[in-house]
Amino acid sequence: MTVPFPQAQPGAWTAAAMIAAVVLSSTTGEVLTAAAMKSLGDLDDIRAHSGLKGAVRAVLTCPLFFAGVFFLAVAFFALLFALNHLNLSLVAPALASLTLVTNAIAAKIFLKENVDRRRWAAAVFVCVGVYLLAH
Amino acid sequence: MSPPSFSCLEERKTCHLSMAHHSLTPRQYLLLGLVAVCAPLGDTCLSRGMTHMSAISLVAPGALIAAVFTPWIASGIALLLAFFASYLTALTWADLTFVLPATAFGNVIVALLSRFWLHESISLERWAGIVLITLGVGFVARGPSLTERTAPRPEAEKVETR
Repeated sequence: MTVPFPQAQPGAWTAAAMIAAVVLSSTTGEVLTAAAMKSLGDLDDIRAHSGLKGAVRAVLTCPLFFAGVFFLAVAFFALLFALNHLNLSLVAPALASLTLVTNAIAAKIFLKENVDRRRWAAAVFVCVGVYLLAH
Repeated sequence: MSPPSFSCLEERKTCHLSMAHHSLTPRQYLLLGLVAVCAPLGDTCLSRGMTHMSAISLVAPGALIAAVFTPWIASGIALLLAFFASYLTALTWADLTFVLPATAFGNVIVALLSRFWLHESISLERWAGIVLITLGVGFVARGPSLTERTAPRPEAEKVETR
């Protein structure tokens, strides 16, 4: 007996928990990775100096980078899990728009990025736009 | 009738501002384009692969690992790896809040490709989305790409001259 397809959709709270898990893990991963890459300096300069191998080595010897990749991997499998249980038309717009705003907030707090009025406006515009486009 | 020293100061100020703008080279724009295109194409492959699969439960997470080796998921991962490499490089010379709108712009590119290449119709709602994303990306692209870290603080100068 095969599993009936499409299967029953989970409840609203379960769906919210699945999406929140992806948003939290991906935001953590993005911020850690961005912090790692920022600590390296311009990768194009490094490559011009010590070749592609040198650039790869510079990335792979940064512990912060692996912490970031770990959380991005968690986010990736949480996404696969969510896509298997929820409709793409719910997951894609929710994730794309939520992560944009959480990332802007996290970048402001943890990376001390200058998120000026222009970037906040962009975050909101792109957030609504992605929602409309993916809906 | 402003004194020459004042205009000189103004000139230096605008010069400093334009230097802080961190304008990007064509190569860097190309890399941002790669970031924008690879991510949505990879995601499309992933969702196509996962929706054509029977339900996976938390009890048997091994099925998630097996899913990695199906053709759609594998090509999705290859595209996402290309995205990740260019994304990481971009993050070394630009802010996270500068690069992220570029990744969102990929959705616009894919929507326009499906409109003019695959001749799919785009609803009014989706056109509104395309316009909003393009506006948002335009806002960010007109600003500096990197937060200035070594800018001298005016308070410190004031204390020194006192």
